[in-house]
Amino acid sequence: MTGKEYRTITDVKGPLVFLNKTEPVAFGEIVSLRLADGSIKNGQVLDTSDDLVIVQVFEGTAKIDRTAGVTFMGDVFKLPVSTDLVGRILDGAGRPRDGGPDIVAEENADIIGAAINPFSRQSPHDFIQTGISAIDCCTTLVRGQKLPIFSASGLPHNDIALQIARQAKLPGSDEQFIVVFCAMGITAEEYNFFRSDLERTGALENAVLFVNLADDPAVERIITPRLALTAAEYLAFEHDYHVLVIYTDMTNYCDALRQIGAAREEVPGRRGYPGYMYTDLAMLYERAGIVKGKKGSITQFPILTMPGDDITHPIPDLSGYITEGQIVISRELHQQGIYPPINVLPSLSRLMGSCIGAKTTREDHKSVSDQMYAAYAQGRELRGLVAIVGEDALNERDKQLLDFSGVFEDRFLRQSRDEDRSIEDTLNLCWELMASIDTKYLVRLDQDWIDKYHPENRS
Amino acid sequence: MSNEGVIYRISGPVVTATGMSAGMYDVVRVGNEGLMGEVIELHGDKAVIQVYEDTSGMRPGEPVINTGETLSVSLGPGLLTQIYDGIQRPLPTLEEVMGVFITRGVDADAFDLEKKWTFEPVVEKGAAVEGGQVIGHVQETETIVHKIMVPPTMSGVIKSIKSGDFNVTETVCVLEDGGEIQMMQKWPVRTPRPYRQKYAPDTPLVTGMRILDFLFPLAKGGAAGIPGPFGSGKTVTQQSLAKYSDAQIVVYIGCGERGNEMTEVLDEFPHLIDPNTGKPLMNRTVMIANTSNMPVAAREASVYTGITIAEYFRDMGYDVALMADSTSRWAEAMREISSRLEEMPGEEGYPAYLSSRIAEFYERAGRVETKNGDDGSVTVIGAVSPPGGDISEPVSQGTLRIVKVFWGLDAGLARQRHFPAINWLNSYSLYPQSLNQWFRDNIAQDFPEVRTQISGLLQVESELQEIVQLVGSDALPVDQQLTLEVARMIREYFLQQNGFHEVDAFCDINLQYSMSKAILSFQDAAKNAMAAGAQLNDVVNVPARTALMRGRFEKGYVDTIESMVKDMVDEIAATVEEN
Repeated sequence: MTGKEYRTITDVKGPLVFLNKTEPVAFGEIVSLRLADGSIKNGQVLDTSDDLVIVQVFEGTAKIDRTAGVTFMGDVFKLPVSTDLVGRILDGAGRPRDGGPDIVAEENADIIGAAINPFSRQSPHDFIQTGISAIDCCTTLVRGQKLPIFSASGLPHNDIALQIARQAKLPGSDEQFIVVFCAMGITAEEYNFFRSDLERTGALENAVLFVNLADDPAVERIITPRLALTAAEYLAFEHDYHVLVIYTDMTNYCDALRQIGAAREEVPGRRGYPGYMYTDLAMLYERAGIVKGKKGSITQFPILTMPGDDITHPIPDLSGYITEGQIVISRELHQQGIYPPINVLPSLSRLMGSCIGAKTTREDHKSVSDQMYAAYAQGRELRGLVAIVGEDALNERDKQLLDFSGVFEDRFLRQSRDEDRSIEDTLNLCWELMASIDTKYLVRLDQDWIDKYHPENRS
Repeated sequence: MSNEGVIYRISGPVVTATGMSAGMYDVVRVGNEGLMGEVIELHGDKAVIQVYEDTSGMRPGEPVINTGETLSVSLGPGLLTQIYDGIQRPLPTLEEVMGVFITRGVDADAFDLEKKWTFEPVVEKGAAVEGGQVIGHVQETETIVHKIMVPPTMSGVIKSIKSGDFNVTETVCVLEDGGEIQMMQKWPVRTPRPYRQKYAPDTPLVTGMRILDFLFPLAKGGAAGIPGPFGSGKTVTQQSLAKYSDAQIVVYIGCGERGNEMTEVLDEFPHLIDPNTGKPLMNRTVMIANTSNMPVAAREASVYTGITIAEYFRDMGYDVALMADSTSRWAEAMREISSRLEEMPGEEGYPAYLSSRIAEFYERAGRVETKNGDDGSVTVIGAVSPPGGDISEPVSQGTLRIVKVFWGLDAGLARQRHFPAINWLNSYSLYPQSLNQWFRDNIAQDFPEVRTQISGLLQVESELQEIVQLVGSDALPVDQQLTLEVARMIREYFLQQNGFHEVDAFCDINLQYSMSKAILSFQDAAKNAMAAGAQLNDVVNVPARTALMRGRFEKGYVDTIESMVKDMVDEIAATVEEN
């Protein structure tokens, strides 16, 4: 259903093409541009009026001149979806990248994605065991949650994401996750790392990859996560899959958003990012969840690198306001050689309360998690004091807490990249480590649990 | 010019129409699907419209129809227990019509127009009535009587008035001039509803949260701001207020927040029991849920929808509490639309009119004499989400200039698991002066003095802590060490409160007073004992003190606290003899 070809381009600026006098063009309509050398570029309408149409070109505007032919495709951007997507690798605009055939559509899905009616959502409450103690104990992941990894350049966030993808499961259930992986502006090296890991573990057959690399057009990154989420929604809500969406790196996505905003001469918000970035990010993150009457679910793991390790930077800040918690990766721990270097103190899972306890994990989970957290926080604080007054000035309690903070990092946090600890093991480990602290200082533990789980009382 | 024009331009949620006669804030139907929108700017022949639904696929040339009305809400029996989106469409109805995803172009009545309500008139034929006067009662829920009022724009002498079962669109009263009154009326959301006069607030809104009621009280009819970075417990605080505050009606606006969290509220509220009436909380609640990914223009409208409903119940003579979580998302919606309009921005890209809009919104709070001569109030509690937790940003500043109560949430306290994470050093309330009389009359004569002592101790502690950071607490003289212990008791026993605990979540204000007195009793007893030679360590560790502090998690604490305090004082006195 292609229409007329126009040759009415007036301006080309950054990723945008301006043209005038067309038939009425729909907002959000897909556009095809034919260049003088016969090559084709794609774009989308950002602004439309009787006189002027603004098109955002996904592949960049290189070589576009005023004689390029512009055709409006009559429809908004849609992704052909079918279960054939599983096991495929697509590029950032949804075209096969693995040399395979085109996807035969069972359905063409609008990639913008409608909002889920809050009344129709189901509260997430299924515990996901990641096998990583720091996450399972302190920032527990729930099926249907969106829990970003706040990292920074040079830190092993990719390893952690992959380990989660490999190990995530519902204890006592054989329901499998399928992974939808969405790369935005990452390097070929990082991508190969992801792909070969997924291949090695056989997960690739159960994954869909959408890949936009660093040398692919930046503007294309705006649609890549939308394609990935559209595929995820289709698989989760039409075919009952439990989908784990990993996207990396949100910082590149936001930078692409800023690039378009600047080209449109929009009034910038903080640090030059557009004022609508909160809404825009929400349109992605909020596509996680479970809905009433459907078996599938979407759990999201966005990865973002905080520029300059700054958690108040607009990208982590706005993300934190939308997502249900965050896992913060620490450079300090990484430099101490601890993997996974998760700093549990600023990390948080808002939905944790709904999925831990006697029915799902273990009755003492909440107490243990609170106590571990509190003891570690105090121990960390004491390190600062020790630097000033020396260790000898500490009283007995403080000494124990200080020592505990070291053990916490060395034995609780530290685990190998393929170590898959069950929640039972994790909680037992917690008790074992806490036993180094006098019981009278463990004020957050209920006496019942001490009687039942404290190593002294178990043997 | 007619009331029908055509689309000229589309840019996201902002659509420009030409060839249509339009006034500011007229509601229009846009495009072939008839999406709802509102005129927000006029440029010669062009009307700029913000559209409340997604505009993808819409083309220039499609029709735009002006309804000639301004954005209004429907008010009448059936409002309570409802869950609305930002433009008063009930979410359960939307689910029935559209399924789980919110698509577009669907209209839904705000409440059931067919349901019959029993109308009992309270005025008689021949009576002269004016706008806002109550003419009849409807028992809307178990706990709330919905008062049917003459619409504010009407007045006259009653020609006839009915009694019996009617639906909300049937005429129940006719005036001599032919004016007909139904149980449902409409009111434009951007216009405050009229009242006779505003009073100074003199009664506290009792929230059951110790740090709020005792140290930083909010008056019924007052306005409070809760700024805090993410993860500091804004939403939990707002929800606690919605559950436990002693308002008669609660309007809860989830404005641009998380879908899953909103769902938790929607799931939880119908099962909660009002501690003040023993009846389901939903019976007094109206909820508005416009999550962050729902259309931005509807988010902008949601706070007005909410406050208009609040004012309507105020006009019946009720004390209404309105929670808006979060006003920052509302401000961001304004910024987004303003930037689409290419307006000259003020600070951080927000429109220059941001602070006046915030002020206008909070100014709709207040304790008033209604048109019916009753006393009603709207209390507004707005959460603010400052980027990076930095309250020097425009939304926080605009809010702080207008509200009289500031409950500052603190990420540091949240990290120490001190909840509610409200910082007692930088929070403030300007109401104690006007509320002191109420506290003296209803709780205890020395209530304000006890409060001053408690907050004074916290202040002293913060100064001492600076020294402790440098030299350690052992270097302080024992009396100052005692002060630190007392302050720690205030923090751990009094200020910390478990919002999820069955008993601790709600603390009666009389009990709050008893608890604060218990702390002072400890201080006095300890001082005396130590003057007589007792050791600080022994004094602090008497078992009765631990029992006293644990007691707050037990039911019936209000009855046992006095004897527990006595036990503690006795045991502390006994520590002298041991030496």
